[in-house]
Amino acid sequence: MAGPKNTVAWHRNPLIRGIFAQLVLVLLVVWGISTIYANTVANMEARGIQIGFGFLNEVAPFGIAFSPFIDFNLGESTYLTVFFIGIQNTIIVSVFGIIAATILGVTVGIMRLSANWFVSKIATIYIEVFRNIPVLLQIMFWNFAVFLPLLPGPRESLGGGGFFLNNRGTYLPKPVVENATANTAFWLAIALGIIAIYVLHKFSARRQEQTGQILRGKLIGFGLLAALVALATIIFGAPFAFEAPVLGRFNMTGGIEIPLPLFALWFALTTYTAAFIAEQVRGGIEAVTKGQWEAAGALGLSRSHLLKLVIIPQAMRVIVPPTISQYLNLTKNSSLATAIAYEDIVALWTGTSLNQTGQALIIVAMTVVVYELLSLMTSIALNIYNKRVQLVER
Amino acid sequence: MTDTLIHTRLPDRAPPASETGIIHWARTNLFSSITNTILTLASLYALYVLVPPLLNWGLLNANLAGTDRSVCDANQGGACWTFIKVRFNQIMFGLFYGSNPDQIWRPVLAFFSLVALVIPLFFDRFNYKGMLSAFILIVFPFIAFALIHGAWLGLPVADTSEWGGFLLTFVLASVGIVAALPIGILLALGLRSELPIVRGFSVFYIELWLGTPLITVLFMASVLLPLFFPAGVDFDKVLRAMIGITLFQSAYVAEAVRGGLQAIPKGQFEAADALGLSYWKKMLFIVLPQALKISIPGIVNTFIALFKDTSLVSIIGLLDLLNMSQTASKGLEWKGYDTEAYLFAAFVFGICCYGISLYSRSLEEKLDRGHKN
Repeated sequence: MAGPKNTVAWHRNPLIRGIFAQLVLVLLVVWGISTIYANTVANMEARGIQIGFGFLNEVAPFGIAFSPFIDFNLGESTYLTVFFIGIQNTIIVSVFGIIAATILGVTVGIMRLSANWFVSKIATIYIEVFRNIPVLLQIMFWNFAVFLPLLPGPRESLGGGGFFLNNRGTYLPKPVVENATANTAFWLAIALGIIAIYVLHKFSARRQEQTGQILRGKLIGFGLLAALVALATIIFGAPFAFEAPVLGRFNMTGGIEIPLPLFALWFALTTYTAAFIAEQVRGGIEAVTKGQWEAAGALGLSRSHLLKLVIIPQAMRVIVPPTISQYLNLTKNSSLATAIAYEDIVALWTGTSLNQTGQALIIVAMTVVVYELLSLMTSIALNIYNKRVQLVER
Repeated sequence: MTDTLIHTRLPDRAPPASETGIIHWARTNLFSSITNTILTLASLYALYVLVPPLLNWGLLNANLAGTDRSVCDANQGGACWTFIKVRFNQIMFGLFYGSNPDQIWRPVLAFFSLVALVIPLFFDRFNYKGMLSAFILIVFPFIAFALIHGAWLGLPVADTSEWGGFLLTFVLASVGIVAALPIGILLALGLRSELPIVRGFSVFYIELWLGTPLITVLFMASVLLPLFFPAGVDFDKVLRAMIGITLFQSAYVAEAVRGGLQAIPKGQFEAADALGLSYWKKMLFIVLPQALKISIPGIVNTFIALFKDTSLVSIIGLLDLLNMSQTASKGLEWKGYDTEAYLFAAFVFGICCYGISLYSRSLEEKLDRGHKN
């Protein structure tokens, strides 16, 4: 009689089990997707809709109120243009929201750490109130309960001198190129100035490393930039003329118009996201150990050098990654624009265009792809940053 | 002989007035430097400008009496809490319970039995936490559904389409987290799996949902979901939203659990392998009990986010707390009092989320201490 075999039975072999389990998973996924696809095609055909990208070249039968960079002509522009306008408007509110939220968030985060009891308590209350209330509620509150009823109508617009605020939106003077030579000279002066700043900064940094002499290259560079711009303006005249908005029959005309929904959305996203960024900033600064402050102080660094060379670089390592995710969150939250009729990608594409064409599958898929691309870009940025600031371990 | 000198100890003198009490506190916290003093005065001025008018509007001058808008219309300078008082049942429990106040005991009973069931979990000395949690997660949802819906118990039927207000918000968030937990745990295990296809699938699934805004997911659920199934299969709107929220939330739970799994030392896996445990036994009895404990704060944080995000269902037309309050203020009867509606909804959301976040923070501290050497 043979002894027990030294090998495991085939059905207990982890390798075979693994392959089998994965095969089952693949079959399940393939079966699921094909069933869903077949059902969808059948259901849409029953409603008389042929799935396909053909509709992208059809003319969109609705108007678009806000599209600063892409021209939209009712009766001529296609759905593809609508798609790009949606992306454009999402990017516009996100970019301005990210800039403002960073400024506000850093300010509140530092206030939270202030030695002043009042300042720190006000920051705490701000953070707790704004981050514990749904952002959609905040967007609707600012738009419907604050800005819309409290701002005056166009005839009683607030402001003056080209800047106006009323319940239709915000109006700013618009720079218009009148003198082409002056304009070219202006931009040339700026480009030269920036190059000068860079070169002088590099030069003075090298000089400081070699001799210890402090030259303040950056400061001289900025002075040069200002001088160049002033010179170009004096010789060739003003690079822009400003076209101020004027009160028309019903509303302001001319100038740059920021419609109220965009303003309200931007305001709500900024104040909401700033509360989260403030917490990251506080956490990041608190994460720098006391020893680092004391060691930098012992080296005799001035307060600004202490912050610039020792504390901020270490705090940034903690602050930046979660803050970049907050930027992505802000971009995703901008999709709530649809609640206050700002024409972002969800409102224009997943909302209006879907209702008009019925191409649910393709439209939702295209929207998801746009957000996935934004998310991918965010994680690439995050990885690059993490690689750059990683601690070099010895 | 001279007298012996006897030293008697005098009582301690009180510290100078500037070093104790409120003066000292104010000097260190409010007026320690010139900048600080300026900041204090600026904050005080800002409070003086902002607080009294708001206090006046919201409390001192506010209307609470009466049952219709005539009271509020007569006193426009104050908030109209009468509106919230009259519509309270509707805003908290939705249309069915708003018009059948005698039935409100059903959701209230369900809520308080949940609270009663959850309380023992907070006591460290309670020994049957696992069994109780399993009961809450698996059995209790059906009891709650029976109570609130009513058909199984022969009570007047409150159809899911008539659920609304805070009740709907709470149900959506709870169903979302409870249904997403098992899926999320499986996905987190898949992320750490040695099988490449399983890992790839988990990564793809999680990244797909993490990158998409919930509102797109809800549109997907309300527009695409009916298309995915053969003609004739129909879900009601609430169920569609639940499915969308669950799929979405499971990715976030997976991320939280993944963090917990990563914190488990390699030795635990190796020890389980050395004992000859199978993959599932290793995970169920050795790894997950430790990993889940660490990931609880993370899961609670995703729950807070979910709780706030459920308000998005108002965009696809469900009457959750936000939409119910708003709808109540849009009717002819209370037109123009939407500020009060928003503020009340914000208050309820804020209290809930702040409470849960306080709990989550205390949990983090507790767990943190347990893991420091």
